[in-house]
Amino acid sequence: MALKEKYDVIIIGAGPGGLAAAISAKQNGAEDILIIERDLELGGILLQCIHNGFGVEIFKQDLPGPSYAQRFINEALSLGVDTLLDTMVLDISPDRRVFATNKTRGVIDVQARAIVLAMGCRERTRAQVRLPGTRPAGVYTAGTAQRWVNVEGYMPGKRYVILGSGDIGMIMARRLTFEGAKVERVLEVMPYLTGLMRNYVQCLLDFDIPLQLSHTVHRILGDKRVEAIESVQVDERWNPIKGTEEVIPCDTLLLSVGLIPENELSRKAGVIIDPLTGGPYVDDGFQTNVPGVFAAGNVVHVYDLVDWVTEAGFAAGKSAAKFALTLRARENRLIPLRADENVRYVVPHELNKDSLQEGNVRLQMRVKTPIEKPVWVEVRSGNLLVTRRAEPYARPGEMVTINLTPKEYDEVDRASELRIAIVPR
Amino acid sequence: MTQPYDVIIIGGGVVGCMIARTLSAYQLRLLLIEKEADIGMGASSANSAIVHAGYDPVPGSLKAKMNVAANPMWDNLAGELNFPFDRRGDYVVAVTADELQGLELLLEQGRKNGVPGMHLISAEEMRHREPNINPNVTGALWAPTGGLCDTFAVTVAAAENAVQNGCQVLLETAFESFLMEGSQIIGVHTNRGDFRARWVVNAAGLNADFVMHQAGVRPEFKITPRRGEYCVLDQAEISIHNVLFPVPSCGSKGILVTATLHGNTIIGPNAELLDREDHATTRAGLEEVTQGALKLVPSINLRHVIATFAGLRARGNARCETPGVNYDSDFIIEIPKEVRGLVNLGGIDSPGLTAAPAIARRVVELMEDAGEKFIQKRDYEPIRPPRPRFRHLSRAEQTALIQNDPRYARVVCRCELVTEGEIIAEIHAPIPARTYDAIKRRTWTGTGRCLGSFDMPRVVDILAREMGVSPLEITKKGSGSEFLYRTTKEVEAHHGA
Repeated sequence: MALKEKYDVIIIGAGPGGLAAAISAKQNGAEDILIIERDLELGGILLQCIHNGFGVEIFKQDLPGPSYAQRFINEALSLGVDTLLDTMVLDISPDRRVFATNKTRGVIDVQARAIVLAMGCRERTRAQVRLPGTRPAGVYTAGTAQRWVNVEGYMPGKRYVILGSGDIGMIMARRLTFEGAKVERVLEVMPYLTGLMRNYVQCLLDFDIPLQLSHTVHRILGDKRVEAIESVQVDERWNPIKGTEEVIPCDTLLLSVGLIPENELSRKAGVIIDPLTGGPYVDDGFQTNVPGVFAAGNVVHVYDLVDWVTEAGFAAGKSAAKFALTLRARENRLIPLRADENVRYVVPHELNKDSLQEGNVRLQMRVKTPIEKPVWVEVRSGNLLVTRRAEPYARPGEMVTINLTPKEYDEVDRASELRIAIVPR
Repeated sequence: MTQPYDVIIIGGGVVGCMIARTLSAYQLRLLLIEKEADIGMGASSANSAIVHAGYDPVPGSLKAKMNVAANPMWDNLAGELNFPFDRRGDYVVAVTADELQGLELLLEQGRKNGVPGMHLISAEEMRHREPNINPNVTGALWAPTGGLCDTFAVTVAAAENAVQNGCQVLLETAFESFLMEGSQIIGVHTNRGDFRARWVVNAAGLNADFVMHQAGVRPEFKITPRRGEYCVLDQAEISIHNVLFPVPSCGSKGILVTATLHGNTIIGPNAELLDREDHATTRAGLEEVTQGALKLVPSINLRHVIATFAGLRARGNARCETPGVNYDSDFIIEIPKEVRGLVNLGGIDSPGLTAAPAIARRVVELMEDAGEKFIQKRDYEPIRPPRPRFRHLSRAEQTALIQNDPRYARVVCRCELVTEGEIIAEIHAPIPARTYDAIKRRTWTGTGRCLGSFDMPRVVDILAREMGVSPLEITKKGSGSEFLYRTTKEVEAHHGA
């Protein structure tokens, strides 16, 4: 694939939000579309979500994650969307230049007319729930464990405790049980379930995995590898209740304690983040405060269902396409005004051809060297003289003005640039 | 048994590594043994990373002397060993009228110790220099010679330079006892066999008491681990540029708020004496650290904590030997009379990191006094070449690096922007990084806000590939800390039994 210098829409992230944005941008008229993905394949986290539960809203079907993703991958590829895999975006500038790197192309620098941020979210860690204790091997986020088990084919432990009744945690409890591991318990600090009820029934109840509400991990034990965790009951203000400590032997603690939209790149582009959602402030077309920069899916706020992420991606892709097409149309009507013989500069620098249909456009310039005799101020398109006007002299200290008028529209419409010169009469 | 060494150094912390580096300039056969899977896994990798000016130690103590002697050595050291160091000065900040007196005392103490350039600044000036400071600040003490370093990089750089100059390093090699002939030490007995040497240097940190007792030296000496807990704050959320100490109380420098050379602000440590080694953080400890830090910078928000850790200082009970100085937690740096062939160090807690280069010089002087002849190596190479750090390079430098080696174009740690090229370079470095934590401490992989959940499977994979072993054998910090336990059923079935 030959990388283009400029794309209508560049999408950062090939999860459900990014894929949907690519498809919808294409369907809404954008031509050159690029998805940049840091992993080796398209699909995002869906690829490690091998359980079902995806697609009920959009397809009226209950699909596993990879199958759900594959439908969108196939569609995007058949629409001719360009992709860069195993590629990390390092920076996005507010004028929508994207800097990235990968092993085969090195440093990549591409310009976008519109950008869709679709980086998704990341898992909260033990530090964010301020989990005290030692720092042994065996403390993993549920998503990291899920990648090991479902993508790489490794079991990270034998006996597990899971902190947090989020969906990933409950789904991993069932998955690990399938694989012959023992899940001792799921602990939830809140007095209620934080994931979906259907996951509680299908993943915990059906497999006799105990859930303890209003309980948390008091500390982690073990120096090299987790040896046990100490659980504790908490009161309504999450303070541990003395005397309720219990040591649960285990070799692995999985954390399913919430997700945070991943917006480090967004900030680099100047996008303002809502501290409540952790994602950008967006309008109804998912445009951020930076014109031409859109955001879709879990990067905006964390959704319950992937179907809704897809729908947000569709909406953002459509808006991004519209923005890119408007810009492209404007670019096509925009020609440069160049300072030619004896002209230091001309303002404006660019001319929108359509402005001439509405009235005169005034060009103002400074002369390079004085000419103390009559001169022509000439506007040329190639060899063709578009217009000229006479002046008795030209001096650097005195600004020179010439007007383009609607009469010259036809010549200007055919021009790819205009050159302005000041020459002796 | 292998050919005898001239000197064996027990302990690969910053002190042991700095001694190894200093001795490696001379014609000596050197061996450094470290019981853990990597050097610098003790106090050297869990501290405030500050090169102290030297106003804190009790005047007349060995700590004061070593601190003040070592402080000016750091610029040259950083230049030769190519580790990050920034002499940006430090502040002790008073927030009540009472505390102002404490500043005067510290200033006086600093002058006695010979610390240059210190002076008091007004509350207004302090607010100007650090806009995040508690607005109730009443005044501050400014010490321009204070500095920041990357503490772990210092340890690695010193050890690597020693290896460059011929020192051998054996990891996962634990000292058990001395080999003696009468009162002459002739070597050490370890879990990996016996090693003979003319000299043995005790740089065993938390275990220095055990080591010296094995030689029959100072039976009354005892190390009491003093735990300090820290929180690391997300640099995207808060950035403190300065090193801010509170006015100290009861023998501890107190809970500080300080910049790090990685850009993150850290807060801590508290100081808790333990009866055994315990690296765990505690709820109470982290709460204490938070309260302490809020006193200096009230805008700190706990939601921005991205990591917590605890370090253990090797607090000793050695009396200061200077007559008239009443201090009983001083450094020990000596050649004891009871045995021959032992250079004995003990109680090297703060300011041990700062003092390390001076301690190393002191070891050479003591050995010279004991009759050892030091002959400089002709081909001694004091420069440890740096390895590229992608995140610190300009776009043009990044492009050039990638053109030379495309593995630097693959980002493995997104938060801290660490590339596969950097990780592979560390795996094959003079002191090979063969565990996840070893990679982490050298490259800062996994130290960012996602705490490694993105990079961990990738780094395990790279380590396995580069070392030619199964991912099941890759550990976090040495044998017993494997990440993975077995393959899944499907993988097992696929490969067939």
